[in-house]
Amino acid sequence: MHTWTLILLLLAVMALAYHLGIKRAITRVGGLKQINHLHSLPTYYGLYAALWAGIPALLLLGLWLGFQDHFITTLVTAQLPPDLVAAQSAGQIDLILNDIKNLATGNIVSATVTPEIQAAADQFARFEQLSTQAQWLAVLALALGGASFAWWRTEPQMRARNRVESVFLVIMVIFSSLAILTTLGIVLSVLFESLRFFELISPLEFFLGTNWSPQIALRADQVGATGAFGAIPLFTGTLMVSLIAMVVAVPIGLMSAIYLSEYASRTVRAFAKPIIEVLAGIPTVVYGFFAALTVAPVIRELGATVGLEVASESALAAGLVMGVMIIPFISSLADDVINAVPQALRDGSYALGATQSETVRLVVIPAALPGIVGGILLAVSRAIGETMIVVMAAGMAANLTANPLDSVTTVTVQIVTLLTGDQEFDSAKTLAAFALGLTLFVVTLALNVLALSIVRKYREQYQ
Amino acid sequence: MSTTVEAMDKAMSVMTSAELASAQHSRETVGDFTAAEPRMVCRNVDVWYGNKQAIKNVSLDIGKNEVVSMIGPSGCGKSTFLRSLNRMNDTIVDCRVTGSIQLDGEEIYDKKLDPVPLRARVGMVFQKPNPFPKSIYENVAYGPRIHGLTNNKAELDELVEASLQKAGLWKEVKDRLDQPGTGLSGGQQQRLCIARTIAVSPEVILMDEPCSALDPIATAIVEELIDELRQNYSIAIVTHSMQQAARVSQRTAYFHLGDLIEVGETNHIFTNPQHKLTEDYITGRFG
Repeated sequence: MHTWTLILLLLAVMALAYHLGIKRAITRVGGLKQINHLHSLPTYYGLYAALWAGIPALLLLGLWLGFQDHFITTLVTAQLPPDLVAAQSAGQIDLILNDIKNLATGNIVSATVTPEIQAAADQFARFEQLSTQAQWLAVLALALGGASFAWWRTEPQMRARNRVESVFLVIMVIFSSLAILTTLGIVLSVLFESLRFFELISPLEFFLGTNWSPQIALRADQVGATGAFGAIPLFTGTLMVSLIAMVVAVPIGLMSAIYLSEYASRTVRAFAKPIIEVLAGIPTVVYGFFAALTVAPVIRELGATVGLEVASESALAAGLVMGVMIIPFISSLADDVINAVPQALRDGSYALGATQSETVRLVVIPAALPGIVGGILLAVSRAIGETMIVVMAAGMAANLTANPLDSVTTVTVQIVTLLTGDQEFDSAKTLAAFALGLTLFVVTLALNVLALSIVRKYREQYQ
Repeated sequence: MSTTVEAMDKAMSVMTSAELASAQHSRETVGDFTAAEPRMVCRNVDVWYGNKQAIKNVSLDIGKNEVVSMIGPSGCGKSTFLRSLNRMNDTIVDCRVTGSIQLDGEEIYDKKLDPVPLRARVGMVFQKPNPFPKSIYENVAYGPRIHGLTNNKAELDELVEASLQKAGLWKEVKDRLDQPGTGLSGGQQQRLCIARTIAVSPEVILMDEPCSALDPIATAIVEELIDELRQNYSIAIVTHSMQQAARVSQRTAYFHLGDLIEVGETNHIFTNPQHKLTEDYITGRFG
């Protein structure tokens, strides 16, 4: 008597209702020859019946499954012997109830089984079985009832199509609001945890402090007990790595996009474009160890030959590799907007005796510029939020430095380190991760909104 | 059916294009295709898109200070012919032009000739107004700038004003030269495109249905403008409107399925067409 069996049965009832609904509609209108007197196509009458059979029953099943456990537990608790419950804290009662449930389902129990608990467990199992039987009866009865109701309501003039479509509309609204609510839930949870953090550490210290050392003392006399939560070094580190990445990615990405969309022959384009897009398919963790194990040592040795001291985890290595990662992002976005520039503009320029490079430089790029800028902003927000490469290649030391050869750390790296391992979830140390996350979220959101509005404005111009 | 096509493909690969052209060409042009003072001289021009022949053995002159209109049903090749006059077809992959097209005695499809300066001498106005997304001033200054036609800002200002004057747009835009050209009305945009073309002082102006996206009032203004421009330029115009051809042109050429069927004085063509196809077209029996 599993729930899935019930759901399968319900689907069978719906299928039956569908066929009967179609038949009923055809019979009511007076046979297949009169079918054009139906308000809607026959399948809509079938769907109408199937929805009436399925939706109320499914809702009931959902409610039942949601409340059954709570209901039975309340019943069982009420019938526990008073001496067992008396003088126990709420937590201990929960433990006892847990044991009862485990006993009833045949799982391992924490304490010795007393006769009272055994009795309660038997009762629990009995209640559960009763509840399941009632549930099957009620759900199937409701499904059949719904189907009969639809059967009774079906007549040629009923607007079955409009009703079915409005039901589907409601279903789509529910699913899209699920997506929106999830986002909202994530934002709110980060927001509330951040507020808790800002109760412990003042926002002024967090946003303006230049010392980052997120320690919380376990004992009063511990060495290095005072934590510091000045996030400026993280922001500058993030900024520096992203800047290096953009310096690499923007020129290479743009140039390759211009070449591919304006100059390359069809054959070159056919194999060059997929190859560039392969870069986008490489997992960031692979980029990460490429940066840490290949690029960083090369940079250090190069530095050593010219007498520069380079940290083994440098902002430069992380930024360079991150830039390579972002190239396909910029080049495919720029390619799209350049291709969206109407051919008529190019023709107009050629017809005035402009060369191809003049046309690209003076007409195509300026026309595509808003879209290109939008693409670059999207790439920046991608760089700021990128985690794996910097975790592996940029280092952990929160240095406030402008030297790209030094080791820096970023917001994302610190969030990872603050939350890995066993942590208390109410100390300033872990809560700091939420504050950092919120800052990151606000910045990337602002960049994305700006970028999308620029891109949209550009699209309107040519459509 | 498919075997015939294959056989034809095979035949094409062994025949030279000239042979094939003469093999397919069944219609001789009626009327006199020469002009008294020719600026552009086209002889036996064939245009191919891959294996498809779009223009078959067309000969036509475009004379000084005259407007030649090209009419014909859709797909008859008139736009293709127009675009081959300033080598705009070069931008289309697979497009080949054979035969002779001369501008002032110079072969424009000569290997040694650079199409870029040619297009400054043979300007083009398109069906849909296509101003650059720049200011009105910059739209007109674009050509002179890339060709270095002026030495300083004052000269450029003067040239921009003169071009806008000639295009009949100066009075409407003189107070807002710094505003985007895309913000003008359709008719103004088309006159801006004409001003832009005039600014590089071409010898010939090609117009590809310049009024088909305009309302009747804007059309009337542009037609008047074309008539004025005739004083200084040679103009070839493709149009779908026979009334327009009758109003603006001195000579008319009627194209049909890649053939130049008939060419002659505009009033002769419209009052006394010699060829049956021409007559059918201008009396509205098809097209």
